This record gives sequence, structure tokens and C-alpha cells, in this order.
Amino acid sequence: MSPETTVAAAPLLPLVGAVLIWLAGRRPNLREGVTLVTAGLLFLAVASLLPTVLAGGRPAAVWLELLPGLAIAFRVEPLGMLFALVASLLWIPNSVYSIGYMRAHREAHQTRFYVCFAVALGSTMGIAFAGNMFTLFVFYEALTLSTYPLVTHSGKPDAVRAGRTYLGILLSTSIGLQLLAILSTWWASGTLDFVDDGILAGTVGDGTMGLLLALYVFGIGKAALMPIHRWLPAAMVAPVPVSALLHAVAVVKAGVFTVLKVMIYVFGIDTLRELAEGAWLPYVAGATVILASLIALRQDNLKLRLAYSTVSQLAYVVLAAAVLNPLAIAGAAFHIAAHAFGKITLFFAAGAIYTAAHKTAVSELAGIGRRMPWTMAAFAIGSLSMVGVPPAVGFVSKWYMLRGAVEAGQLFVVAVIVLSTLLNAAYFLPIVYDAFFKPPNPAESTHGEAPLPILLALVASAAGTVLLFGFPDLPLDLARQLTARLE
Amino acid sequence: MITPHLPVLQVVLPLLAAPVCVLLRNGRLAWLLALVVGWVSLLIAVLLLVRVLDGPPLSYAIGGWAPPWGIEYRIDRLNAFLLVIVATIDAVVLVYARASVEREIDPDRVYLFYAAFLLCFTGLLGIAATGDAFNLFVFLEISSLSSYALIAMGRDRRALTAAYQYLIMGTIGATFILIGVGLAYMVTGTLNMADMADRLVGLTGNRTVRVAFAFLTVGLSLKLALFPLHLWLPNAYAYAPSTVTAFLAATATKVSVYALLRFTFSIFGADVAFEVLPLDLILPPLAILAMFVGSLVAIFQDDVKRMLAYSSVAQIGYIVLGISFASLDGLTAGIVHLFNHALTKGGLFLALGCVFYRLGSVRLKDMRGLGQRMPLAMAAFVVGGLGLIGVPLTAGFVSKWYLVVAALGNGWWPVAVLVLASSLLALVYVWRVVEVVYFQPAPREHSEVREAPLSMVLPTWLLIGASVYFGVDTSVTVGVARSAAAFLLQAPLGAGP
Repeated sequence: MSPETTVAAAPLLPLVGAVLIWLAGRRPNLREGVTLVTAGLLFLAVASLLPTVLAGGRPAAVWLELLPGLAIAFRVEPLGMLFALVASLLWIPNSVYSIGYMRAHREAHQTRFYVCFAVALGSTMGIAFAGNMFTLFVFYEALTLSTYPLVTHSGKPDAVRAGRTYLGILLSTSIGLQLLAILSTWWASGTLDFVDDGILAGTVGDGTMGLLLALYVFGIGKAALMPIHRWLPAAMVAPVPVSALLHAVAVVKAGVFTVLKVMIYVFGIDTLRELAEGAWLPYVAGATVILASLIALRQDNLKLRLAYSTVSQLAYVVLAAAVLNPLAIAGAAFHIAAHAFGKITLFFAAGAIYTAAHKTAVSELAGIGRRMPWTMAAFAIGSLSMVGVPPAVGFVSKWYMLRGAVEAGQLFVVAVIVLSTLLNAAYFLPIVYDAFFKPPNPAESTHGEAPLPILLALVASAAGTVLLFGFPDLPLDLARQLTARLE
Repeated sequence: MITPHLPVLQVVLPLLAAPVCVLLRNGRLAWLLALVVGWVSLLIAVLLLVRVLDGPPLSYAIGGWAPPWGIEYRIDRLNAFLLVIVATIDAVVLVYARASVEREIDPDRVYLFYAAFLLCFTGLLGIAATGDAFNLFVFLEISSLSSYALIAMGRDRRALTAAYQYLIMGTIGATFILIGVGLAYMVTGTLNMADMADRLVGLTGNRTVRVAFAFLTVGLSLKLALFPLHLWLPNAYAYAPSTVTAFLAATATKVSVYALLRFTFSIFGADVAFEVLPLDLILPPLAILAMFVGSLVAIFQDDVKRMLAYSSVAQIGYIVLGISFASLDGLTAGIVHLFNHALTKGGLFLALGCVFYRLGSVRLKDMRGLGQRMPLAMAAFVVGGLGLIGVPLTAGFVSKWYLVVAALGNGWWPVAVLVLASSLLALVYVWRVVEVVYFQPAPREHSEVREAPLSMVLPTWLLIGASVYFGVDTSVTVGVARSAAAFLLQAPLGAGP
């Protein structure tokens, strides 16, 4: 297949998979087989684009023209390539994990679960490869709607209430703020295409530009900048595989990815550098980093602690991008991949603990490392990645972000990163310490590790977290290509 | 051979079929006749649209009396588009009607129902097709009187008061329209629309002309249920038989909007409306109030049909808002939304009709857990609801896109903000239903409830499917609407954003 065909087919592939999953609904083994095959094929398709993109190619394709001048069109650039690679690669272990988790918990409506999951991944591919803001918005909304049934999967009142928060915040920000920004952009510049130097330069005044930046940044609710972050903890009522792949990787990364895309290809980094009205952005992001960490510190529910950690880590990406320095932007792009591997490992481990030991609270985890050594070892690696300590990949992205901030002389950003590193250590490392070095409660029933598929998935993602530290070249190359023009 | 007579056949066919229905005295045969007439009318409407899209307007002199003395039927891009909308909805709704009407109307009155239905259809087609101002009033009365009868046929006794309320309000509106037409006739001495438009040129300062236009605007606003003249609408929609609600909601108000467009832009001219008279100051606030009040009230309804009725009040606000911009983009948005909303709301009311068919109620508390029992109808409701919110890839998104672009084009960015903000209210009232339908356990007495018959589910999905299709492929709808808007403004077809 030519790269162009692959680009057009990539978002479609999971949708076809979704239809097949639905058709195979009555035969669980076949159904899960379809999920795995779809995930594998999707990754191969995405990976096949890599050589072209690394060689400087920008394969593009058009699905259809929705409104005159506004097409559902795709164009693969380094950032989208990176995001698509991460999401499609992690879908494979996540599917394995889902099979173990959903069967172990005897969840109902599993067909709906896998169908929605596939649709969500298709939407993610659409976001990653979007060639214009309009396409991105269409898939952004599709991602919100396809993940709603996953968040409310259990159908219990608390899930429905959380679903209301989830949908309410994400749809109201995207329709009320983001769509307004998109329409204003369209009206001002007559195009929504992603162009290397941005499309807004010289079309509107500085005040309007600053306002537009705010509309975009807060309208992209999936980036979870405070105060638009409440939906993410709410989404934690979902089954663990959903929290792992969607609310640690696909959905939230779609948010920061969109913010980066808007900053680079709609505004243009050079335009933003000269925009005094955009100076608030690092402060909002920095405040989110610190505040979310402080809240995480106080959470006893493991998944909630992870969720607030995600809020904080996402804000890193925006914070680094707001430095507007090539190194920092490369760090921000790299962090999309780095955080994905670390956080999915942590969620996998949390789900394994829940499956094997039925525990959800941090305070119950004393001594659990002896019963679940693999799980907690993986958890430890994930934690190190969050803190940013070698040999976990989180170190690499943090290194770039710090270097960029120092080079740009942004002391505030440096201070935020240092402080948050301490906070991260304060809310992750005690969990690891307690698990391995505190004696378990003898009154508790004995249990071993979680089922094999779960274990396989979390070992794989933990291995990825370490491997990516040793071999960061590929994502770094993509990140550096993104910023090459700025250096 | 028959082609030159298409404009009149469009109207005469259902008109003649109505008394035949009465003579048949058989519900099933009457339905069959109405169905055939509906589909033939659709065919005629499509043929007419194809002909006027790449040619000049068609003129037909009734009885061979040349206009402006005789009655002229005049088909141009705008009303050809409207004829297609009305005929499409009619054809689809009639497929649906058989099962639904058997359940909701007394068997010995079914043939009368179809007679009234055909008359109402005739009236709506006539309003669209005619080129004569008084003839328009006549058809308006035909459609109104038959719709009073149709609404009163609802099983709920409150249908009678609803019909009565509509009768009073509708008659006031019709009277205003008649006074307006009469005053215009007084000044121009003609009832032919084209002729009247010619003679009104240069009379913009004339007080009689201004008064005529004011009466027409108020009368038509009442018929199209512009806030605060919408009071007749919620009850009428809520208590009418399901088929009637779907048909009227999708067509009746839209035809009145057309009449307003026709009088404003083609006859009196935009300068009378927007320069001599301050319509650009009156309509937008009312439209915006309609958007918000309609949606807010919809949020608090327990009867889902009523909820959708109030949602209609809000959606009419969007249409009128687009028109009040008096720009190419604004008119395009208004006309496109006319079409998109007809499909969406028609489909939604049909989905509710499916529920009523099985449950005999469309109250929220009776619809608990219905997502499992009637998955197809409820899925249609969700998709239609997404269209009301204006989610991308639904027709509602396309309308809102143009509406906001038009608002920004006029420099009215607060209006753009309000349009988007009001969409969020739609999210609230739609999701209230979604949560009840999908997440609350079904009451035990509903264990026997199944999906409605295919003859009802299929038309529902036809309209809902169309509302999605026209959200993806907009070349036809936007193209025709833009062309009609340009025709109204007599501006060259621009390539604007």
C-alpha cells in the first residue's frame, strides 16, 4: 500500500474492526481475536508510515469534503506520527490486559466494551493524523462520545453521575470554547489547515489572538488544564483497561497533542513568541502541575491518585511547550510517549491489584510486593518514570524540558519542574516502599498474582518504559524533526 | 406532455385525493391512497427542483388566465426546495402512519384522518407553490383548519383544548396575514406576488406599505411560533397523534418560515424590512430568547413529546436568527437549518411515536430502561438528539457552523457565543432522556415491551439516517440553500466562506 492509502485507511481500520467485533459478539474468543488482530494490524499500518515520515515525507489523504473548503483530510507529520505510534502500540498489550481483566471480573456488555474501544482508537488515529483543525475537532468529539459508554460501563448510579461530569465538561468546553475558537480562526484566516508556520499570523490583533489562545487551551478540555480537569478523576469509575489506555494515553494525550498542534500549526511558534497576551500560559500550566500533585498526595484511592498524577503530567507537556524553545518543545513531544508508557504500567498494576487482592486504597497495600512481586516491580518502574529517575523513560523527557527551560532562562518553569519532581517522589515512592518493606497484614487471605494476560501486559509495558530509556532515538528523532525548523 | 402541468399537479393531486378518501370510507384504502399520492408528490417535487435548479423559475397560469390577473403558480429554487422537504416528510411519515394511526385513532374515523391529512398536505404544498398572495392565505387556512382537526383527533382529551388553543391563535395569525395582504392590495391593486413586488418598488416610505408588512410579519411569526408567539405550539405537539406531531413539526412551521422569507425578501424587499422597519433589531433578540427560553423550558419537561416541542421553539429561533442577518451566509444557515431540522425533529418525533405505540405514554418515568427493550427506536432518538446538540457529522452541526460563521461575518460575536452556549442546553435535555432510557432499570410491567413494527422503525431511521447523511455530504443541502439564498438576495452566487 502506498503511504497515502495507509493514512486514509488507518482511522478506518479500527472502525471496521468494531463492526467485526460486534458481529462476533456471541463468540467471545473470536471477538477478542478480532480485537487483537485489529490492534496488531493497526500498529503495523502506522509503523509502515514511519520510514516515510522520518525521511521528511508528509503523506496526506482526503476522505471527503464536508463543507465547501472544509474536508476530512489527513496529513502525517512527526508529532502525529509519534502519537499514533504510541497509541496503536499500547493498544496491543492493553487488549491482552482487557481480556484478562474483563473475564476475571465477569463484566457484562463486553461486546459493547470492545466495540467502543475500537471506535475510540479509530478516533484517536483520526486525531493523530488530522490534516486540519476541522478534522481534528470531528474526531475529538467522536472520541468523547465513544468513550462515554466506557466510562458509564457499569451502569451504576455513581458511574452515570461520573459520566454526566465527563460528558458535560468535555462537550461543553469543546462546543462552547473550542468550536468558537475554530470558527473564529476559520473566519479570520479562511483556512483551518495545519501549516508549518501557523495560519493566524497577521490576521487578528494581539488581544484577539490572546483570547483565541485561551479559547483553544481551555476549550481542549481533554488536556485537563485546571480548572477543566474534573472530568478526568470522574472517568476513573470506568473499568481499569479504559483508565489505562484511554484516560492515561489516548484521550488525555489527544488533549495535549491538540494543544501542541494548535500552538505549532495554527498559531505558529514564532507568532506565539511575540505574543505578550499569551504569557499567562506557563503560569496556568505550572499551577496545574503543582496543584494536581498536591491533590494527588492526599488521595487514598489508588486510581484517583494516578488520575491526579496524570493531570499534573499532562500539564508538563503544556508547560514545556509554553517555553517556546526547540528543546523544550521536543521534550514536550517526547513526554507524550514517555508518560504514556509509565502511566499505563501504573494503571495495569493498579488493575492487577484490584483483580487479585480486591484492594483499591493506597493504605491497604502494605507488604503486597511479596505476594505480587511482578506487579509491584512494574509499579516501581512506572513510579520512577513519573518522578523522572533513570532507568525509566520519564527521565529523558524531563531532561529535555529542563534543558529547554534553562536555555530559555525561564526560571519559573525550572522551579515548577524541580518542585513537582519532589512531589511526585512523595506520592509514589511511599507506595513502593510500603509494598516491599512493610510486613503484610497476617489476617488477610493469601492471594497470588493476577491472571496471566494481565501480568503479560504489565510486564510488557514496564519493559517498554525501561527500553525507551535505553533506546530513545526513534521518538527523539520524531520530536527533533518537529522542532528542526525552529533551531 | 404532462411536464408543463407539474406545478399545479403538485397541489391538485392531494386536494382531489382528500374527498376520494371520504368516499372510500375504508381506513386501509384511504391510507393506501394517501401513501401513493405522497410518493407521487415527492416525485413531482423532485422533478420540479431539478428543473428550476438549472433553469429560470417555472410559471403556471391556473385555468389559462394569464398572470397578474389569474392565479399564478411560480416555482423557483427556494420553494422547489421547500416542496421537496414537505413531500419527503409526508411520504416517509405516511409509511409510518398505518400502524401508528391504527393504534391511536378510532377505527371508524381513520379514513377521515387521512382525508384531513391530505388536505393539510395540500395546504402546505399550496403555500409553497403559489405565486399569489391571497391564494397563499387560502392555502394557509386549508392547512390550518385541517391541522386543527388532526390535532383534535389525539386520544388524550387535552388534545381538544390544545386544538382549540391553536385554533384561536392560528385564526388571529391568519387574520393578521389577511389584513396585511389586504393593505398591500390596497396600495398596489394586485395580488400576484411578482407584480406586487414590482409595484412596491419606490413605495418603501408609504405608511400603508409599512403597516401591511408589520401585520404580515406578526401574523407569520405567530404561525411559525416565534417566541413569544409560540404558546400554541407545545400543547398542540404534545397531544396530537404521533404521526401528526411528526408531520406538523417537520413541515408546518417550516412552510410559515418560507412565507416570511417570501414576503420579506421577494415581495416587500429587504430594505423595507431591515431599513424602514427595524426587523434587524427586533428579530435577533426574539430569536435568541427563543433559543434560550425554549431550551430551558425543555429541560424541565417530563413529557418527552412536550420537551421536543419546546426544543422546536428553540430551533425555530436558530432559523429566524439566520434569516435576520439578511446576509448570504445567514440566509443559507436559516434555509439549511429549515431542512436539517425538519429531518431531525421529524425523525425524533417518529421515534417517540414508536415508544407511544408500545407504551401508550412518552413520559420520562415510563421510558425507564427502554434502551434494552426498544434498541433501534432509542438509538434513533440518541442520534437525533446529537443532531439537536449539533455534534459534528450530524446535520445540526452543519446548520450551526453556518449560523456562527454568519454571526461572525456580521461582527456579532456575542451572538456566536450565544448560539454555541444554547447548544449546550440541548445537551442537557437530550441527556436527561438518555440517562433514563439507558441507565435506569425497566419497570417490571414493561417486560413484554418489544421494538415497534418495522413499518414504523424503518421510516424513523430513514429520517434520522438522512439527518446524518446530510451532516456528512452537504453538497446538496448547502448548495441548494445557498443558491436559494442568493436568489432571495438577488446577489451573484458568491464563493464566500
